[in-house]
Amino acid sequence: MDRNPQLNKNGELQHLLSIEGLPREVIERVLATADSFVGVTEREVKKVPLLRGKSVFNLFFEPSTRTRTTFEIAAKRLSADVINLNIAASSQSKGESLLDTIANLSAMQADIYVVRHASSGAPFLIARHVKPHEHVINAGDGRHAHPTQGLLDLYTLRHYKKDFTQLTVAIVGDVLHSRVARSLIHGLTTLGTPEVRVIGPQTLMPSGVEALGVHVYRDMREGLKGCDAVVMLRLQNERMRGALLPSAQEFFKHFGLTADKLALAKPDVIVMHPGPMNRGVEIDSSVADGPHSVILPQVTFGIAVRMAVMSMVGGASA
Amino acid sequence: MNTLPDAEKLCVQLADMIRPQLTQNTAMIGLYTGGVWLAERLHPLLGLAEPLGTLDIAFYRDDYHQQGLARDPKRSNIPFSIEGRDLLLVDDVLYTGRTVRAAMNELFDYGRPARISLAVLADRGGRQLPICAQYCGARLEVPAGARLRLRRGEDGRLSLQLEHGS
Repeated sequence: MDRNPQLNKNGELQHLLSIEGLPREVIERVLATADSFVGVTEREVKKVPLLRGKSVFNLFFEPSTRTRTTFEIAAKRLSADVINLNIAASSQSKGESLLDTIANLSAMQADIYVVRHASSGAPFLIARHVKPHEHVINAGDGRHAHPTQGLLDLYTLRHYKKDFTQLTVAIVGDVLHSRVARSLIHGLTTLGTPEVRVIGPQTLMPSGVEALGVHVYRDMREGLKGCDAVVMLRLQNERMRGALLPSAQEFFKHFGLTADKLALAKPDVIVMHPGPMNRGVEIDSSVADGPHSVILPQVTFGIAVRMAVMSMVGGASA
Repeated sequence: MNTLPDAEKLCVQLADMIRPQLTQNTAMIGLYTGGVWLAERLHPLLGLAEPLGTLDIAFYRDDYHQQGLARDPKRSNIPFSIEGRDLLLVDDVLYTGRTVRAAMNELFDYGRPARISLAVLADRGGRQLPICAQYCGARLEVPAGARLRLRRGEDGRLSLQLEHGS
């Protein structure tokens, strides 16, 4: 069998493409390293010299503000030079192929590619073709994976709840289209979380999702009972135009997180959301801004997690 | 060399050496891992006012591009302002000097100390940088391929250990 494309011959992280298939030790090493970087981000000088002289190319074939910005901040705090390419407005729209784009950037001495692409698997394709000293980090590919978001969710859970082997975690909403949900489910099961629930309407639930080791709930109130953490997913407005959902109001009534529904979870439950939030669609403002919400700390932790991933892959030889 | 000096005795001797030089302004920082163990001994012996600071130099190492990121870096924690301080940096063994250089680089990202001095339990020579210790428990000759390190037993006792390269 081929070696895991994300790991080098010493089992170290060479590219980050997906949480699926990552050994537990590698995930735990990312979380431990991120913890040290949280210390750096609390200092007055929030910068370390690890990637000095290296070039990080942010290749966003799909629009994103938050993820691109947090990758940019993370790379700058590692002292890398960051180049943001707005691909939609560049050569790909003139017909250049993905691999030709990469070959050109490689000729510009790129070291790390941070890739977001609407097609599942695009970062894998790039990773197969880059030079041995070049690294690829998946910043979200199609419906497939968003591993740094999954890792920052895991970091947040560990920060507030410590022990994964005691947790009940519910993921709520549009699981079908969510690469965030898939990445988090793989991470949670790898770290030994005994109870992972997915809650949502049948039209937004992938068929065979149980095979990932989760329990499916159609009734949100039932699914929230006894939860230590609730992860709300963004309901993408564009889905509303299809036949998947009757209306935002209808969705909010059944699957929107309100204080009233949240009261069914454990008293110390935490509420997470990958952003951007649709207030009044998947989450009520009083919950988003309430005492259980850790949505803004997630953003802060996300920078430290991305620093950890970039410094781990950047130092791994092929 | 057959016997290494007793690390516990060296701790006390080192504290006696440092004590006359302390000022109101002195604060101590231990380097992970052995330096923190040593600093945890010295700190109460010297009765310093500020709590102990700890530093992990993983993000400042000069061999990152050869070796990659160190496994299991600890979170550096300096619970006082280092601006204008007399800092006493503590490590277990002084060898090439590269760890101390990295530590100084990291410290300057926290502020501008008035002075930095270095205390080590043992100096084994072999310097690759112009760095020396102001306080040194023992000077030991160690073959180039061997590794001299501080160990902490389950009972908390410190001891020096020599590991021969394969």
